[in-house]
Amino acid sequence: MTSATNPVVRTAGERRRTGSIAWHVGALAVLAVVLYPVIWVVGAAFKPSKDIIASIDLLPAKPVWANFSGLADGISGISISSFFMNSLMYAVLAVVGVVVSSSLTAYAFAKIRFAGRNLLFTLMIGTLLLPYHVLLIPQYVMFRKLEFIDTLVPLVAGKFLATEAFFVFLMVQFMRGLPRELDEAAKLDGCGHLRTYWSIVLPLCRPAIITSAIFTFINAWNDFMGPLIYLNTPSKYTVSLGLMMFRDQEGISNYGSMIAMSLVALVPVIAFFMAFQRYLIDGMATSGLK
Amino acid sequence: MTLVKEASVRPAGKRSAVPAAGRRGRRRENLAGYLFMSPWIAGFLLLTAGPMIASLYYAFTSYNLFTPPQWVGLDNFTTMFQDPRWQKSVQVTLKYVVVATPLKLLLALGVALLLAQKRRGQGLYRAAFYMPSLIGASVSVGFVWRALFSDDAIVDRTQKVFGLDVGGWIGNPDYVIYALVALSIWQFGAPMVIFLAGLKQVPRELYEAAEMDGAGPIRRFWNITLPMISPVLFFNVLLESIHAFQVFGSAYVVSDTRCGPADATLVYTCYLYQKGFKEAQMGFASAMAWTLVVAVALVTAVLFWSQKKWVHYEEAAK
Repeated sequence: MTSATNPVVRTAGERRRTGSIAWHVGALAVLAVVLYPVIWVVGAAFKPSKDIIASIDLLPAKPVWANFSGLADGISGISISSFFMNSLMYAVLAVVGVVVSSSLTAYAFAKIRFAGRNLLFTLMIGTLLLPYHVLLIPQYVMFRKLEFIDTLVPLVAGKFLATEAFFVFLMVQFMRGLPRELDEAAKLDGCGHLRTYWSIVLPLCRPAIITSAIFTFINAWNDFMGPLIYLNTPSKYTVSLGLMMFRDQEGISNYGSMIAMSLVALVPVIAFFMAFQRYLIDGMATSGLK
Repeated sequence: MTLVKEASVRPAGKRSAVPAAGRRGRRRENLAGYLFMSPWIAGFLLLTAGPMIASLYYAFTSYNLFTPPQWVGLDNFTTMFQDPRWQKSVQVTLKYVVVATPLKLLLALGVALLLAQKRRGQGLYRAAFYMPSLIGASVSVGFVWRALFSDDAIVDRTQKVFGLDVGGWIGNPDYVIYALVALSIWQFGAPMVIFLAGLKQVPRELYEAAEMDGAGPIRRFWNITLPMISPVLFFNVLLESIHAFQVFGSAYVVSDTRCGPADATLVYTCYLYQKGFKEAQMGFASAMAWTLVVAVALVTAVLFWSQKKWVHYEEAAK
């Protein structure tokens, strides 16, 4: 419908304004649904236990701290901070492993011409589509034989051995985009690959490294299946397992504290997201496109 | 994936013409390449290829971790195909994949089209919509979901207004799977971001030309937007359906640790976990895992085959 055939000719400004209002109404409606569960958990953590499910109000009429002080006793004799320390340990090790091993591998794919590179690259991309189930059982059998059950080794070994193909791919993409002249100049100046990697490519890859690091941290922090399979002793549990233990042992009697702990567990993820959302979203978008 | 092609145009052959220094240089490059790659190579052999072979072997054995695996031929597979719980898990998983994936992608595309318009606050909305994709897999959100969909909570009460009382989705075997579907749809932000990036790359001139020719917004969407973003759509369909096949955490946390009332959320991975890690039937679990690999490979192959019909790639314009 062009304006020429339309008997009611609206001015362009008018049309733009109604369009804009409709747009904001639509966006706000989606926002309300998306944020509801998050606001709910914040509100619930400050409600008295019995009101959490029963009350339909999103936010408490009078916020209480009882749920948080209830956390001080820990769960079955294990302090809450122990779960957080274990998760932190796991996440930090995972980040170090992924950043080091993925950037080395990506450098080889992007900057070194060696025999067999194509084949290895195809294999690496192939592992992206492989369902992890097929590795679950044999890896467990292997780590059990090596007596690594109930340690962090099975959870982080793959991170140090660049099995997170997504991040290798992300970094390869990024390194490919760096100007060729830079590493050619470095080569003329007599830089070996190690020097070029360390003092030229790595500093320029900061955005890709930050993206990979934050994603790795969040994935490790949220990881549930890995700890569920490999960790047996409650004192070694991560936050995910701690929360599950909480539910199984005190879930009904101490519901408010369980929700409070859920909220505390979300805080690092949301904080990282707010600080680095641009890196995360752009990293996601580029890896999906090229 | 331009990378694979780029790497393959490297000059091959003509080896004899290369002077000794060049040959030595190439050998050094090979060595450097493999040294840099060594973590990945070790990881691939020890944590991917080796375990894959081992699990293929276990699939044909009876293995309980304590006595050595015993060869049983196809027994695991025949038992599995006749096992009603396995059949149930296939049914639950298919239902989840078939319902959750299209709905999630439709919402992702719809919201991406909305956000593709340049308006104030666009970046903020994009960030807020993406956040569920980061926290959706956590146990915390699983608990929140459990609460929101339980009896007398918000969803149940809203539903009662319309005269439907199912006593909360969590405890109802007919509804609980849709609580998981809702959790998956809530995480539409990740595919949305990929759609948005694809929409940004559609050349403006195409729309202008179409508008000149009198094409309305719906025509423009079908004839320009959809074909132009079809590669991105393909990528999202592939990734999201493969992911959906592997769902575990939400079934285990939102439902209950036995994966639901009356096995209502016994997704494939849940049953595999029960068989492998609760009942120590490593052979059976491996057979299940390989069946899943074959199923996922088939879905991937069908998707790749179908893309000739509906995915539009630009004629190598670079």
